[in-house]
Amino acid sequence: MLRPVEKGIANLECMASVLTAHAEKDSSIIVVTSDSRSSGKVSGFARQFPRQLVEVGIAEQDSVGISAGLASCNKKVFTVSPGSFLSARALEQVKNDVAYSQNPVALIGISSGVSYGGLGATHHSIHDLAVLQAIPGLEVIVPADNNETEAALVSYLENPRPVYIRFGKKAMPRFYQAPDEVKIGKVSVLNEGDDLLILAIGEPLWPAYDAAVALESSGVRCSLASVHTLCPIDRDTIIELASHSRGIITVEEHSVYGGLGSTVAALLMEAGIYRPMKIIGFPREEMVTGSQSDLFRHYGIDAENIRKTAMDLLNRN
Amino acid sequence: MIKVKNNHRTLNKYSKAFYHDWGIMTIKELKEKSILYRETTLRIIRDSQSGHTGGDLSCIDILNVLYNEILNISPDRVNDPDRDRYVQSKGHAAEALYAVLSENGFMPKEWTKNVGGYLSPATGHPTKNIPGIEQNTGALGHGLPMAVGMAIAGKMDGRAYRVFTLMGDGELAEGTNWEASMAASHYRLDNLIVIVDRNGLQISGTTEEVMALEPLRAKFESFGFCVREVDGNDVAALCSVLKEVPFEKGRPSLVIAHTIKGKGVSFMENQVQWHHAVPTDEQFRQAILELENERMAL
Repeated sequence: MLRPVEKGIANLECMASVLTAHAEKDSSIIVVTSDSRSSGKVSGFARQFPRQLVEVGIAEQDSVGISAGLASCNKKVFTVSPGSFLSARALEQVKNDVAYSQNPVALIGISSGVSYGGLGATHHSIHDLAVLQAIPGLEVIVPADNNETEAALVSYLENPRPVYIRFGKKAMPRFYQAPDEVKIGKVSVLNEGDDLLILAIGEPLWPAYDAAVALESSGVRCSLASVHTLCPIDRDTIIELASHSRGIITVEEHSVYGGLGSTVAALLMEAGIYRPMKIIGFPREEMVTGSQSDLFRHYGIDAENIRKTAMDLLNRN
Repeated sequence: MIKVKNNHRTLNKYSKAFYHDWGIMTIKELKEKSILYRETTLRIIRDSQSGHTGGDLSCIDILNVLYNEILNISPDRVNDPDRDRYVQSKGHAAEALYAVLSENGFMPKEWTKNVGGYLSPATGHPTKNIPGIEQNTGALGHGLPMAVGMAIAGKMDGRAYRVFTLMGDGELAEGTNWEASMAASHYRLDNLIVIVDRNGLQISGTTEEVMALEPLRAKFESFGFCVREVDGNDVAALCSVLKEVPFEKGRPSLVIAHTIKGKGVSFMENQVQWHHAVPTDEQFRQAILELENERMAL
């Protein structure tokens, strides 16, 4: 049975409090901002630890290059900038200065996916997972809740390495009781059931969870898992879960090309696990205007569409 | 924001006063080194059948002075947190860097036999696989931002190391250089020294034809650098100017090193086609002969 969720805060606010708590005892923690301290929720960090903040102005490429230089001198660097700009404008710096040069920077993509909603495609990052997955030497983590957020940050602090951590803006429920229930690099299984496997990444874990609750009440036994670590992906657990299911749905705040769904589909095909499958995400077309929740509803990243898709997949209509 | 601390004036072995008295090599010895590095560079290019010949030869004297007179580094201290850092932003001059690093004991000479070849430890652009190389470079406009980050870290930690970066003039069209220049000035990084290899040529022609840089000195000064100009193929002049860094307390230093692309080989000098041409066996023999004659004349 799915455990009831508890109220949480926005993952970015959680990140700020984790960084503040650790910075008190670790002066090597540096936050690099590109006029993004307010939107990155690190204004408090900046006030409390002014010597541990490097502001570069509105210059994302420079922010990543400078971060790489800082990291090469034993700093634990959190580069806080909108996911859209980090993964597109600064892509060459991410690829060369961070990943290829193996400078251990934590690239913090804020307001990612369609968190900026009505601000439009310039501010959306529904390409970032596809692009960054193709870069060797870079891990990609998309926390869904506060526990996954803390686990991701602590994992970097304990083992600094090139990593992109993608955040949205919404206050998220807590799907776990404590961060140590989350193992970075492993899929987190929230529920097990033999009829259907739902894999979600990031904030869409919430509608996926609600859909799983609704499906269970209709007698559909669902496995629900959070794939917070997209890269390197926990291939073994996904194959194990998929092989015990009759159908698979993936849910992501990303293009259906190159994100969670297509990655899972490819690894299952290669493993010889063939199941009816549906990838829920954004199509490759000009997006309508609206808030994040408008866009989720419009493109079916909502509990009702996930439930309906599951019933169709299992021929339960 | 970091508070900039002036940590650069402590009199220790890395300080300016110390360098005045260093005098490791005579000017004649340095000139001999430049000839050796040019010969090694040409051998690497011939053996590997690839390389950026013109830009390698233009910056040899700069690398020579840096590695033999200026940089506080040695093969047994490549991870010393107090070492000076050198970031070669013009990564395409990898063969020149490999020539200096291999002749100075940082990397085995064997590694330079097949640069960029199958499973070679040395790639066609610098990588950290080679001891003493600080950053993987090659995509232009990346060295200065990373050097700025390294210099900020030095200030934060109160360390006396300096960060040097060598840039090509053609790469100055990359916007990141100017973003990083703003940051270098904003953070008053007097531990940062930028050297521009001003050979005036890039792959498509002169820099002024392709994308005009002048007035270059005024541009950098307006961005907050303290700028000096020097003959970048004159080792004595380079020693003299580089031993004076930082030129001004609280400001990043920048040296416009006026060089000749293809310097040292008459038929390569100032010829744009030698940007990345590989000499034939006959051209190689001729080039080595010219360098030997230059050595005899010292």
